[in-house]
Amino acid sequence: MRIKEHPILEFNPGKKVKFTLDEIEMEGYEGEPIASALVAAGVKVLSRSIKYHRPRGFFCAIGKCSSCLMKVNGIPNVRTCVTKLEEGMKIETQKGKGDFN
Amino acid sequence: MRETDIAIIGGGPAGLSAAIYAASLGAKITLIDDGLELGGQLIKQTHKFFGSEAQFAGIRGIEIAKKLIQEIERCKNIELITNATVTGYYEDEVITIIQGADGNIMKKLKAQRIIVATGASENMLPFINNDLPGVYGAGAVQTLMNLYGVVPGNNVLMVGAGNIGLIVSYQLLQAGIKVEAIVEALPKIGGYLVHASKIRRLGVPIYTSHSLKEVYGTDWVEKAVISKVNKNFEFIPETEKELEVDTICLAVGLSPLSDLLWQAGCQMKYIVELGGYVALRDDHMKSSLDNIYIAGDVAGIEEASSAMLEGKIAGLNAAVSLGYRVDNFLELNINLRKELKELRANPLSEKVKIGLEKALIKREVD
Ligand SMILES: Cc1cc2nc3c(=O)[nH]c(=O)nc-3n(C[C@H](O)[C@H](O)[C@H](O)COP(=O)(O)OP(=O)(O)OC[C@H]3O[C@@H](n4cnc5c(N)ncnc54)[C@H](O)[C@@H]3O)c2cc1C
Ligand code: FES
Repeated sequence: MRIKEHPILEFNPGKKVKFTLDEIEMEGYEGEPIASALVAAGVKVLSRSIKYHRPRGFFCAIGKCSSCLMKVNGIPNVRTCVTKLEEGMKIETQKGKGDFN
Repeated sequence: MRETDIAIIGGGPAGLSAAIYAASLGAKITLIDDGLELGGQLIKQTHKFFGSEAQFAGIRGIEIAKKLIQEIERCKNIELITNATVTGYYEDEVITIIQGADGNIMKKLKAQRIIVATGASENMLPFINNDLPGVYGAGAVQTLMNLYGVVPGNNVLMVGAGNIGLIVSYQLLQAGIKVEAIVEALPKIGGYLVHASKIRRLGVPIYTSHSLKEVYGTDWVEKAVISKVNKNFEFIPETEKELEVDTICLAVGLSPLSDLLWQAGCQMKYIVELGGYVALRDDHMKSSLDNIYIAGDVAGIEEASSAMLEGKIAGLNAAVSLGYRVDNFLELNINLRKELKELRANPLSEKVKIGLEKALIKREVD
């Protein structure tokens, strides 16, 4: 969900872009962090812990906790909280430590 | 290899101020920041700042960031490397920088002086299921709602009633998000009482001597259990209360991001009043190593206003140590230190002052 009205802030999001999460099409704004577009689209689980597969969500937003690591355009372990969303990006939830296949 | 006079790591208020000051003396500056945008914590802060007038009190954090960034862009001798993380420091004074979405660009930079202004990261709190999605650091909640206009969750439990907990609660309410309650383990509210009463008036209860015990949920937070705590912060049985929340916002303090300082071999010390391990420093903000300076939250958790002053001191002294000249150097140093002292002359800074005393390396000569 996005904030509709705000007493002091004005949001000037960039261009609307389409991307996919595990092949499902979604929309977000160009230039916002990938993870922010996902949260706005209602996605809460961004990754799974390596050993016990516990769900992990958005946590620190500054690229320091590794809770948001996902596969982006085939590259694993991308910190989606500090990576900008672009048109046509292919985002995948990653299994385990991640691989390039 | 690229070379520069002064590499500044971190583009928050401390790093930006250091860059502007050192550049004004003529030094060649390279500023590296890993945020999506420059400005560090400032760009999320939509409230009017507290602090001294000279340090922009009464102006919103986001506006302060804009001013500093404009000034930076005007300086021809500042090179910016943004969206890039400094990952290592090597003995031959080289730092490595990783850039690009997939981290496939690596740059090496040799700098004669380094100013570390990496800020801080949020503290975690031990409670059952604290790793579930829906548990956020307060900074992340601010980023989502204040920078990108995204709702982090519908029903929030705020943990911590210091200034950050109070301010972020108020910002959540401004964004139209429900704050179910604020819990604070200490017997009294740590932040300014004006903030607390504003929030109470809006109907949010603040439970002191309470903490978060447990969170329930399968794939994300569905419920939280809070409980009273005694003087030793132990949960008191039979005092649990269930809250229907989907979001936990942790505002339980910050820890200095001092990894690079450890790696460089600076003398470090655990100082509880400053938030954790910090590098010892002299009153020029120089660490135990001659080529490394520090400024801002990494030197001790404090405020943007003090971060800017420390940044200026570090910038000035790093540039002068390289032979760049300014007429009234001694006077400038004295004035900046005086401003810092005045800023800290309030009861809320007592703790910080004790910590700073422990972290100070005394110099024989000035
Ligand atoms: C909710 C809230 C309200 C606040 N309100 C006030 C207030 O009213 N008044 C006030 O004075 N202060 C306030 N503060 C405190 C203030 O924001 C901080 O003290 C200040 O931002 C610290 O500045 P800094 O430059 O040290 O660090 P930061 O602002 O944290 O900046 C550090 C920067 O370094 C970057 N970085 C970190 N590691 C690396 C690396 N390895 N490589 C490259 N870049 C890196 C980060 O991305 C970041 O951009 C508030 C803080 C919060 C959270
Ligand atoms: S949310 Fe912590 S690294 Fe991205």
